[in-house]
Amino acid sequence: MTTSENSVARAAPGNVQAADRGGPAQPLVIARDLKRHFPVRKGIFNRKASAVRAVDGISFTVRKSETLGIVGESGCGKSTTARLLVGLIGLDEGDLIFDGEKLGEELSLNDLWSGVQMVFQDSYASLNPRLTIEETIAFGPKMRGVAAPEARRLAHELLERVGLAPARFAGRYPHELSGGQRQRVNIARSLAMKPRLIILDEAVSALDKSVEAQVLNLLRELKAEFDLTFVFISHDLNVVRYVSDRIMVMYLGEVVEIGPVDAIWNHRAHPYTQALFAAMPSMDPDNRTQVPPLAGDPPNPIDPPSGCRFHTRCGFAEPVCGTRKPRVVAVRGDAGHEAACHMLDGQSGHSKAGETGEVRKELGEV
Amino acid sequence: MSDTSTTTLGRAEGRVAGHAAAEQAPARSKGYWSGVGSRLLRDPVAMLCAALLGLLLLAVIFAPYLPLADPFTGSMISRLKPLGTPGHLLGTDELGRDMLARLIYGGRLTLMLGLLPVIFAFVIGTGLGVVAGYVGGWLNTAIMRTVDVFFAFPSILLAIAISGALGAGIVNSLVSLTIVFVPPITRVAESVTASVRSLEYVDAARISGAHPLTVVRVHVLGNVMSPIFVYATSLTSVSMILAAGLSFLGLGVKPPEPEWGLMLNTLRTAIYINPVLAALPGAMIFLTSLCLNLLSDGLRSAMNIKD
Repeated sequence: MTTSENSVARAAPGNVQAADRGGPAQPLVIARDLKRHFPVRKGIFNRKASAVRAVDGISFTVRKSETLGIVGESGCGKSTTARLLVGLIGLDEGDLIFDGEKLGEELSLNDLWSGVQMVFQDSYASLNPRLTIEETIAFGPKMRGVAAPEARRLAHELLERVGLAPARFAGRYPHELSGGQRQRVNIARSLAMKPRLIILDEAVSALDKSVEAQVLNLLRELKAEFDLTFVFISHDLNVVRYVSDRIMVMYLGEVVEIGPVDAIWNHRAHPYTQALFAAMPSMDPDNRTQVPPLAGDPPNPIDPPSGCRFHTRCGFAEPVCGTRKPRVVAVRGDAGHEAACHMLDGQSGHSKAGETGEVRKELGEV
Repeated sequence: MSDTSTTTLGRAEGRVAGHAAAEQAPARSKGYWSGVGSRLLRDPVAMLCAALLGLLLLAVIFAPYLPLADPFTGSMISRLKPLGTPGHLLGTDELGRDMLARLIYGGRLTLMLGLLPVIFAFVIGTGLGVVAGYVGGWLNTAIMRTVDVFFAFPSILLAIAISGALGAGIVNSLVSLTIVFVPPITRVAESVTASVRSLEYVDAARISGAHPLTVVRVHVLGNVMSPIFVYATSLTSVSMILAAGLSFLGLGVKPPEPEWGLMLNTLRTAIYINPVLAALPGAMIFLTSLCLNLLSDGLRSAMNIKD
């Protein structure tokens, strides 16, 4: 197995990753105040009536070789964030800096795509039904100028690496594979582009539990083997905990909390994070959830609530929450753990506010 | 374990670069089109229709070499003879011309007027629709709103109007029928392209850095062709009927040229004298369009790779 891994690493020309420009201390991705609003058009002239604020000013960093987990309810902007990171949709505002190079300035979309790839949720919709597995995997490298036989060989090696025997699977069509096998193919396809960052958008959510575990283990192995960085988006907190180094909690297009996985697990600073974690079923039958942690759907992102966006559903909401946007503060006692809540900010005027942690201008400035 | 050994073998072969494809051939499924062909062969209805259409095509193409009477020579004393008359297997028409010969010769023009406009419209409509559906935005609006204008008119009226403006003649009816069929095909092409475009494999292809044209060629066209193709096939019967209508109005084929629609119209006066005879051109139109539709149905299921 070791030899085959090595041969994968040495296989194709251009396998050497783009030079690590910034060095290990430079975050691989710096997202600064990303905004993406989707216009809602009305009338015969397609007048822009309003906008869905899918992602409304989020900032974070992804460090080299880490796994950043993104969690949140449906519709909180997780997938939009993923698509922004990979450049599938454009930014309205904000900067995306990939290893020190700003997208749109030093870095073109094409350059970004040689460093960032994505694994999609729907394993079937993400494979062209008219191409064989091998053709699907080899397509990307061929577009990057790898000769066809070489791309084929690379496809076979990657198939083997993700646990699908090339002799049996290379010539098959996606509909002849199971969901887990298709997701392995998707992973192989993204690896074929020699990325440094892979965005996994609910990549294991549609798989059954045993297959999910296998794919997660495969991802861990691949991450170490190819020195990858992951952004792992999921609604399954246990899975996120298993794979992530840090977790980012999103609510209604904003980041409410970010921090190392253990810090958040031990101390959920933001009431939304607390509610989200409380919704997670316990393994102990005596420890039943009696009170619904959160009622209702999130508010409409077309017209988000003023002040703290969570105040309409928050059990600790006070007048200040509806009027002023909470500052981002460091959570005391945990390095790199930050949250945006008035209760953590001593100067906010919230009655439960404790001592102020260090005030941050924006999330992610670690 | 056996997997491991085969793959090791596979890799060894892969090093002999040029021969890799040939040696690993067993690992590949059959090509897409050979798969479609073999599935179509197993469909008895489609094969029957294909056989009938093939027979008709052969008869039409090799009409001059068949032992047929002259389709233009009439005989005033043997008009409207019933089926089975000696020397006239399918009888004679209102001018005493041999019906079998006229039906076979008529098939030439009718099939041409049925197929050519649809083929032209298929090429143009698919192009416009795929561009509109893939690019989206203002280009989509421009193309699709222009196309919508044509939907304001019933297709027969549009065909008559364009034919009338261009003048009578076979070429002009070809042009007018093509213009009539471009909008519906464009609309179908646009809607299937828009739905394929939102699928994640197109996104995956885009983030491989491939040129948009390559993405369209490899990932979009192959997946939108079959519904458009099936729809276009269903239009051939409409095209034949429209062409017949144009001929009737004197805008298309002119007498004494044999053409099924024209024959149907000239024979309609004989419907009380010899209804079977009068129905023959209609039966040919019916049979041909039925076969085309059933064949396109068979083709659609054969092209559906999920079966």
